[in-house]
Order: sequence, then structure tokens, then C-alpha cells
Amino acid sequence: MNTISLTPMDLAIAASLVLFDAVLSVALRLNLHRQVLWAGTRMVVQLVAVGFLLRWVFAAHHPALTVLVVLVMSAIAAREIAARPERKFKGYFGLTISATGVVIATVVTVGLALTTAIRPQPWYDPRYAIPLAGIVLGSVLNAGSLTLDVLLGDARRERSAIEAQLALGVPYRAATAPMMRNAVRRGLLPIVNQMSAAGLITLPGIMTGQIIAGEDPIEAVKYQILLMFLLAGASGLTSLTIAELAMRRLSDSRQRLRLDRLR
Amino acid sequence: MRLVVTDLQSALAGPFNLELEAGRCAAISGASGSGKSLFLRMVADLDSHGGEVRLDGVAARTLPAPDWRRRVPYVAAESGWWRDTAIDHFAAADREAARALAARLGVGSAQVDGPAAQMSTGERQRLALVRAFVLNSPVLLLDEPTGPLDPEATTAVEAYLRERMAGGTAVLIVTHDPRQALRLGADHYRMADRHLTRMDPAAVLEAAP
Repeated sequence: MNTISLTPMDLAIAASLVLFDAVLSVALRLNLHRQVLWAGTRMVVQLVAVGFLLRWVFAAHHPALTVLVVLVMSAIAAREIAARPERKFKGYFGLTISATGVVIATVVTVGLALTTAIRPQPWYDPRYAIPLAGIVLGSVLNAGSLTLDVLLGDARRERSAIEAQLALGVPYRAATAPMMRNAVRRGLLPIVNQMSAAGLITLPGIMTGQIIAGEDPIEAVKYQILLMFLLAGASGLTSLTIAELAMRRLSDSRQRLRLDRLR
Repeated sequence: MRLVVTDLQSALAGPFNLELEAGRCAAISGASGSGKSLFLRMVADLDSHGGEVRLDGVAARTLPAPDWRRRVPYVAAESGWWRDTAIDHFAAADREAARALAARLGVGSAQVDGPAAQMSTGERQRLALVRAFVLNSPVLLLDEPTGPLDPEATTAVEAYLRERMAGGTAVLIVTHDPRQALRLGADHYRMADRHLTRMDPAAVLEAAP
């Protein structure tokens, strides 16, 4: 493959666009310039660090190291999901719930891809397992954080409607069914958008990358289709797991609505 | 005794003790925030609590929570709505009874079939009461049931409650109006600092302007 190698100068020219955003912020008094510059710097440092880390992990080529990297990535995704809602679960329940959803979705979908479609030799080849987990975790993060945020928000907003039903003897699950549906639905929206827009409104990143790197478009498309299916499965699994576990944590053996378990 | 409350308490209120015979009413008054709603919510098992509530000798915890709440339904001061139209909030089997009761309390069929969000505060309150009334439960827990109602609607609600009491229903009511307690022939309790004390009838009469 005839990859075009980027020089530091190429990147510096592109970086001027970030400076443009910062100037815009100062000119329009958006008060965002510090955040724009900070986020830009952070992005560069994070990516360069990850690049070196991956180079090292690829060279080491050890299953334990591959698994460790995927676990660290999952933990960060779980932390982000748990941090998103305005009012969070007290204690470590938010983190536990998020981590469970993230791990189930990632293990099932990445495991499926590694054992059926991609089948690298050996299965733990970090060159396949880590990027795959990274893409899947992106969708998992989106689906999981939307689901948890919507669910906890609805629980608070609909409190009087839910408790009015409980007070008349409606079971907890029946009274909260619309809330559960809404949360899972919101979790699935990003992947539905992504799939319906794919190729028409956006060229997905992986496919674009492969084409720029010199891959045949049809081969790149096949790869992208596989990924989309994985992401769809991962989104569904995350949303369902997180919504289910959060619903349980919001109630108890007497089918009460336990908003006191939120901060 | 129809309803027996023994040492009902949480970190926020109590312990509460109260006994109510079938066909009787207990009226609780007291300042806002004194724990009246917390008390009713614990009786309905909507808040976690220590102590015990028995209905006709059967302890709440021995029944599945929804079964208990169907027998001891609670109507909050602020009503909640979860469907588009008011009538959709009733099970199909209860709709005929609900329409009849709503009409009796002065809510017309236009409101009953209309969007729940467009009802006035008083209409919402009366239909929230009807939701509990159609369950024909042995106990009713009512948190300021006539708070937003005009005198005419209040009279209609009280007449209905007296009918239910004659049929054996025990009514636990939070009210700011001592005269309402007298009209319902209620035992009067006063909630202060999250504790409940029984008042003697003479003091209640004196308190009524």
C-alpha cells in the first residue's frame, strides 16, 4: 500500500484551522477560546501518546497486554458513561452498571468479529483486537451515556406520574415501561443515524482511512459494513444492559421508586 | 381494627402509631413539612420504613407491594398523569364507573375524554381521587383531597366519602380544615415535628373558627 506520509509541516498548516476557531471565539466573545485550544492540545498529546503506546503493544504481541489495553479503554468508557447524568447514583453503582454494560457489549461483539469474520492468527493479535475494541467502545460510549442520562432524567421528571401509578397498585415494571423504552430507544438513535447516513451524508472514518491509504473501495466498503453491524449490536447490548440494571437499582423488593439512591 | 399502624418510622419521621376502625375517618393536620405526607407514603409502602402496618390483621409485608397498594391506595396532593386523555388512566373495566363518579363530583364528559394536560387543577384533583375511588379499596389514604376544590365540589367529595365510610371503608385524610374533620366525624390527629398526637374533640371544636 502506498500510504502518504504526513510531515509535521502538513499538520502545522491544518492546526491553523484550530487557531481560526480560537480567534473566532475572541472576536465574537464566545468565551470558548481557552477550551478550544486546550481541547486541541489535549487531542494532539493523547493521540501521540496512544500512537507510541500502540507501537510498543504491537511489538510486544502478548495476549495479556492486549487484554489489559482493552480493559483500560473499557474502564475509561464506563467512567464517562457514569459521569454523564445530571444526577448520578450514589456510591459506585453508576460505575458498576456502566462497566457491566460496556464489558458485555465489547466482549460479545469484538469476540464475534475476531472468531468469525476477521479471524486473525493468533486471535489476540493487537493490530486487530485493539482498533476493533476502540471503534466498538466509541459506539458503546454513545449508546450507554444517552441511555443512562435519559433514564435517570425521565425518572426524576416523571416521578409524580410513576408514583401515582405505584400508589394505585400498578407494578413498578408496568409503571416505568415507557421510561425504559424511551431510554433504550435514545441509546439506539446514534447508530441508526450512522447507518442511514453512511455513504450518503458521511463517509465513515474507517472506510475513508482505508481508501486514503490506497485500499480498493469495495474492500473498504465490505469492512465498513461489518463494522456497522458490530456497532449496531454493541449499541443495543449496552443500552439494554445499562437500562435494565439502572431500572433495578431505581427500585427495591417492595417496588418503590428509589430516587433517594440518586445524589 | 381495620388499619393498625405500629411504630411506623423512617430516618425522616416517626415513630407513628394509629388505629382506625372500619367505617371511620382519621384526619391529620399540621404545618407543611411536618411529616404528614411522609406518614401516608409509609402507610402506602411507597417509602422505606421500619415498623408495621396491618389491614384487617394482614401485615403489609406479607403481601406483594402492588396488592397492598391496591387495598390501601394513596392519592398525593399533587396528581401525576401518564397518558394523553384522562379516561385512558382507567382500566377498561373501570371506565363506566369512573365516568359516573366524575359526573357526580362535577367533572363533565368533555373533560374526562379530553387531554389530561388541559384539565384545570380542580378537575385534575377530582379525577385523581376517582382513580383511587374506583378501586373500591377497604382503606383510602388522601393527601389534602379537597385542597384545590371549590365548596360545591368539596361537599360532593365529602358526601361520597361518607357513603364509602358507611360501607366500611376506613379513610385516612390530611386536611388543613378542622371543619372538614368535623363534617367527616373524624378522629383528629395533629402532626408536629414529625410526630403524631391525638387531639380531644373539644380542642378540635375550639380550633375551628
